[in-house]
This record gives sequence, structure tokens and C-alpha cells, in this order.
Amino acid sequence: MLGKYASWIATPLLLVLLVLIWEAYVTIFDVSPFILPGPGAVWDATLVLLSEPKTYSHIGITVYETVVGFLLAVVIGIVFGGVLGKIRWLERTLNPLIVGLQVMPKVALIPLFIVWFGFGPTSKVVLAAVIAFFPIMTNTILGIKSVESGHRDVMLALNASRWQTFRDVELQNALPFILTGMEVGIVLATIGAIVGEYLGGSQGLGYMAVATLNAFDVTSMFGVIFLLTILGLILYFAVVMLRRYVTPWHEAVASARDS
Amino acid sequence: MTSHDSVAQTPVTRALPDPMIRLTDVEQRYKTRDHDVLALTDVTLDIGKGEFLVLLGPSGCGKTTLLRIIAGLLQSTGGEVKIDGTPLWTKNTRNDTAMQELGVVFQEANLFPWMTIEQNIALPLKLRGVGKAERLARARELCATVGISGFEKRWPRQLSGGMRQRAAIARALSTRPKILLMDEPFGALDAMTRDAMNLELQRIWMETGCTVVLVTHSIREAVFLADRVLLLSPRPGRMDTLTEIEIDRPRTTYVQSSPEFQNYELALRQRLDSFA
Repeated sequence: MLGKYASWIATPLLLVLLVLIWEAYVTIFDVSPFILPGPGAVWDATLVLLSEPKTYSHIGITVYETVVGFLLAVVIGIVFGGVLGKIRWLERTLNPLIVGLQVMPKVALIPLFIVWFGFGPTSKVVLAAVIAFFPIMTNTILGIKSVESGHRDVMLALNASRWQTFRDVELQNALPFILTGMEVGIVLATIGAIVGEYLGGSQGLGYMAVATLNAFDVTSMFGVIFLLTILGLILYFAVVMLRRYVTPWHEAVASARDS
Repeated sequence: MTSHDSVAQTPVTRALPDPMIRLTDVEQRYKTRDHDVLALTDVTLDIGKGEFLVLLGPSGCGKTTLLRIIAGLLQSTGGEVKIDGTPLWTKNTRNDTAMQELGVVFQEANLFPWMTIEQNIALPLKLRGVGKAERLARARELCATVGISGFEKRWPRQLSGGMRQRAAIARALSTRPKILLMDEPFGALDAMTRDAMNLELQRIWMETGCTVVLVTHSIREAVFLADRVLLLSPRPGRMDTLTEIEIDRPRTTYVQSSPEFQNYELALRQRLDSFA
């Protein structure tokens, strides 16, 4: 079918088109490379960055902070979400507090985290975890609460215990929701790690972006941004791929496979 | 006069010496904002061992409520339910011994989408701590019983509505319950599938020898399946008449065009129409 392959052709074409427009704009209007370097220059700068060993240690640091922060958020988010989803009075009691913490701009906590956890990667791990925690927790609660009444009836008729109902029904029902929370969470964890690096420390791609800017090397800064984008995409799609293995039964997985 | 006058419809229920299910003065009230609603009242009935009882009635007669009370999904606000001599409730606690005798099939198959068909069927055994090999063997055996062999490893969404309902019946049968409770189990199926499922259910019931209580609003289905039909009248739901269906087993689809079948149908239809 046409629809099946159209996106395979159209999406790369669109990307090529955007790069061409970018190049044309920079060339025609003679834009200063301090404002916006052309795609060719950015590509060259990226290759230069990738030829330097220290770039890889910066990438490694950012990946470490993001992944460890994200995994902490996943574990704590599912545990908290599971408990709050099951114990309604506790959720009602804590809800104002949760909403308050959720609305608070977590980035504002960075100075505090630096005081508590130092300029090293730990403060970034904590920020990434705190920022990614909320969507995972709230989605876990939602997933547990949204068990169909018919499914609850089945477990009730089978005289299942609270733990059995949690293990075999509520948690399973919550999995697609948790994965959606994780997709949001991995993006937020990446942002958390990078913003943390912007504001304090001497390691990671976020620090590199600030350092290149301070050196007025805008082209390299774009190269760093390009690397950050690639990194974000890899992490995001890793989580998206997880869906196929964790919920092979889900309709969204099946329709993605069939189309 | 037509011959349907000969159909025995008794308003009273006789006590059985050793009933599978005994309902005594069962009553259900709902509290709404400004008043109590009486949904079901004065239900006193003995259901015999191995009997196929059908609860028939118009919508709002409380037949589903009554089934949910027998299934232990709802504690009645009055009266008592005994399963094979054991009270279903002691104060506000459900009795495990009584619950273990029950298998329930709902209008929707309510299979868990994250379990394969065999895992769904084996779930009640898993909850009782039966080992994996043993419960999956039982699930495969039941797939054969309900006619869905070959679909053990499929996901529920890959099956048709009729096949999903077959799997739901298999799940309810997995623990070899003495009682199978069915709430309009074929209501969501098309007419042809429904006829086939009625035949299958009769066969399964005859094979397992369990007691069945089935809720329906289809008179035809009621007469086809039942040993006795309990007709409930609406608002509040109460027992109207009990009709013994004396048609030989196993009944075939063609029995539906016989005069005796149509007599039962007509008698129940007239009684139902008198409620309106």
C-alpha cells in the first residue's frame, strides 16, 4: 500500500528539504556564523568533536547521569504509584502535596542539589530522577485505577487476594500507562541532566555547550546540540522499543507491527 | 383455548431436601440521595444439584442483581444465600469454602488482554496455587472441551466474540466448580453464534454435571436451556412464576419448532407481557 511506504520516503525528503532551506537562508542572507552557522559547517564541527577523545567522556557522563537518574525514577515512580494507586486514602491525603511538587519548577532546585550533592554527576542524577519521576508515578496511578470493572469482577468472583489482583491485573493493566510515562520520563531525564550540567560542574555535553559558547565557538555549540539531539533520540527510541517486549499483547504494539 | 394452558406455572417454590443453592428471603435495597430503592424482594428458592435454572425477566427486574448476589459479588441487604449448605457470607466476610464452588461467566468475556488464552483459562488455578505444568495441561484440556483447540497461545483480541466467550466459560470451569453462574453470557453474540453456543452449553452442562444458573432476557434461550425457568417481575424484582420445562435432553435446535416448545414460549411471553 502507498500509505505504508509513504512515510519512509516523505520523512527523509522533508529532512533534506529543511537542511536545504537552512543552507539557502544562511547563504542568501549572509547570516553571521556567530548567529546561525550553516549545516555544512555544523556537520564539520560535529566530526571534529567526534574525533576528540574527551568528547566521548563527556557523552559518557551525560548518558550515565540520564540513564541512572531515569532508572531511579522508574523504580521509585512505579513503587510510589503502585502504593498510592492501591491505597486511596493515602493518595487523597498526599495529592495536594504531589500536585504542589509537580507544579514546582524542578530546575530551580539545582543550586540546592549542588549544595547537597556537589558539582559532580550525583547532583545531575538526582535532578534527572526528580524530574522524570512524576510522569512515571502519575501514569502508574492512572493505570492501576483504570482497571475495567468487568476485570475487577472476575478477580472478585475468583476470590483473589489484594496482592494477586495487584500482580496479575492492576500492574499488568498499568504497564502501557507506565511505558507512556517512561517515554515522557526519558526525555525529561535528558533535559534534567543537561540543564544540571549547564548550571554547575565541568563535565558532560551540557557543560560542553556552555564551554563552546563561552569560547565564542557557536559552530561547535551547534555540533554539541546536534550530538545531544542524537543522544536524546537514541534514548527515547530505546524506551519506545521496550514497549514491544513488555506489552506484546497491546493493540498499539500490534497495529504498529501490522502496518 | 390453546394447549399452552397445560403448561405448569407455579407461583410457589418447593423446598428441596439437599439443595445446591438455597436462597432465603433475599432482598436488595439501594440507597439514593433522597430515598431507598427496593430492587429485589422476597426471593426464596432452592436450586437442586445438577439443575439448570434460568432467570428470565424484563430489564430492571433485578435478575442480574440476583445472580451477582449468588456469585458473592454483592452482599444482599436482607436474607441469606447458602451454597451447598454453607452460608456465602458470615457477617461481612465472604466464605472461601462457598466461593470455591462457584464459576462465573459475564456478558462480556472479560478475558485479560495481557494473558494468552491458556493463561486466562489457567488463571483461577494459578490463584489457588496449582503448578504451572498442571494448570496449563488443564487449560489445554478445557480448550478442547469448549471447542477452541489450537488457539491456546493466541491473545484474546485475536479471537472472535464467540470464541472469547468459549474461553471465558473454560476459565469458569477450570476449577471444576459445582455451580456455574452465567449473566447473559451470549447476549453480545449474533443470533447464529448464539444458537451454536446454546447447544455447546447444554453439552458442557451434561458432561460436567454442574448446577447452572443463567440469566437471560431471551424467552427462546430460556426454554431451550432450562430445567426450570424462574420468571421475575419488575419494580421491585420478585419471583413471579416457576416453569418446569419438560423437554427431553439432549435438545436439538429443531426442538424449537415443536408445539410443546412453542407452548412454553407462548406461556412465558404472555406472562411477561402482563407486566407491561
